[in-house]
Amino acid sequence: MSLMEQLNSRALSLRIPLSAHLDLTYRCNERCEHCYLEHDDKGEMTTTEIRRLLDQLAEAGVFFLTLSGGEPFLRRDCFEIIEYARGLLFNVKLKTNAVMIREREAARLRALGIEQIQISVYSHRSEVHDAITKLPGSLKRTLAAIRFLTAQGLKVTMANILMRGNFADGPGVQRLAKELGVHYTVDPTITPMMSGDRGILRLRIPGSDLRQVFQNAELVGNAAEFCSPPPPVDDHVMDDLPCSAGHTSCYISPYGDVYPCVQFPLPCGNVRREKFLDVWRHSAALAEVRSIHARDLPVCSSCAHVGTCTRCPGLAYMEGNMRGPSIADCEKSFVRTGIATANMKARGLAYPALIQIEACPSRPAV
Amino acid sequence: MSEKYISRSPAIAARLLGDEMMIMSATDSTLFSLNPVASCIWQAADGSTPLSEIVKSRVCAEFDVDPETAFRDAEEFVDRLAQHGILKVSNEPEPNAAAQGGTA
Repeated sequence: MSLMEQLNSRALSLRIPLSAHLDLTYRCNERCEHCYLEHDDKGEMTTTEIRRLLDQLAEAGVFFLTLSGGEPFLRRDCFEIIEYARGLLFNVKLKTNAVMIREREAARLRALGIEQIQISVYSHRSEVHDAITKLPGSLKRTLAAIRFLTAQGLKVTMANILMRGNFADGPGVQRLAKELGVHYTVDPTITPMMSGDRGILRLRIPGSDLRQVFQNAELVGNAAEFCSPPPPVDDHVMDDLPCSAGHTSCYISPYGDVYPCVQFPLPCGNVRREKFLDVWRHSAALAEVRSIHARDLPVCSSCAHVGTCTRCPGLAYMEGNMRGPSIADCEKSFVRTGIATANMKARGLAYPALIQIEACPSRPAV
Repeated sequence: MSEKYISRSPAIAARLLGDEMMIMSATDSTLFSLNPVASCIWQAADGSTPLSEIVKSRVCAEFDVDPETAFRDAEEFVDRLAQHGILKVSNEPEPNAAAQGGTA
């Protein structure tokens, strides 16, 4: 067991929230077509409220703190918050589009001892990236920022969300990351908007593209192993927890709402009304999340993939039942291994259709 | 023998997990987990208290260990963390040691 696994296990047994994700704002200078947020400011926490919250998170034992948004640097007090968080000895990771980071900001981040900066890049071509962000010149500014950050010796991760509109540019972004000497990650998951609107799910890549991702050794390591059939299920698997959400990690919105995870919009409390530790320890919603083991999942417990599926309880919740399957993850398990999930069998979707009908992209009039 | 004064590097993240301290270096992301004795020394590393005093008043008071062994182990521990840039070691107390931050 690695040291990190030992720490996670210890945090779980002590019920300590080892990780917290705090969105400082939902406002953003980009308007990414796949974004799950509404960008209006509905009353963000003040600097004083955030300082108080950070004190409480430190007291609760949070070690890994992700600061994100929206675009966190749209807050004038962003550096003040980061500085305060580092004073409390959090391991701070930033998620940003980086368009507001120049040489001076990069140097400040270095001086503050930021652990890692994750930056979204959707294409190596401006016409594709900027069309997704709806901010002209955004790729140029983001790449300039990455150079400033790496020149300071900061660890940068280039995160690419794979969608129908940029899937073909994945290798180009990967090459770009290599040229810039930064880590590269891809994520083919498009989540419904936090409001529940599922319209953006149309951007999800089809199964055939997903298969290419899962068979790309540069992305998944040993592709044969990654795509191999699931091993037999034992008691140990059935006692497993779905993920760390609500167990050793949580999410806090700019308005102080506490959720198990950024992708799991189950209201658990609000730090403007209660202390964080009171929410963490006494929320009935969190208690319910924590009570669920693999054997308690009515459909997934009978599925061959139950031990290896990436089932996201938040996505399942947004689909109507936190104990239910997440259709997006059923698809991933099926595409990865070629073995239908229990949910697909129950829905009569055990085999891929012989004919797939998709809407034809509209063409300009000739 | 000159005294050693130890202070925590600002380029780290740290948090007490139960009775063990976890520390991550911001420079190379190395993760450390300190046992209760080492955590005790770490928390007392204020830059102004001599290591010998930390061992005597904190370690020997809180743990069942003889002073000689405790001091020898503490010196070894301090040297190892200093090699990773986690602790700073000096023969003089830090001039502004009272400003030592962090609430891990």
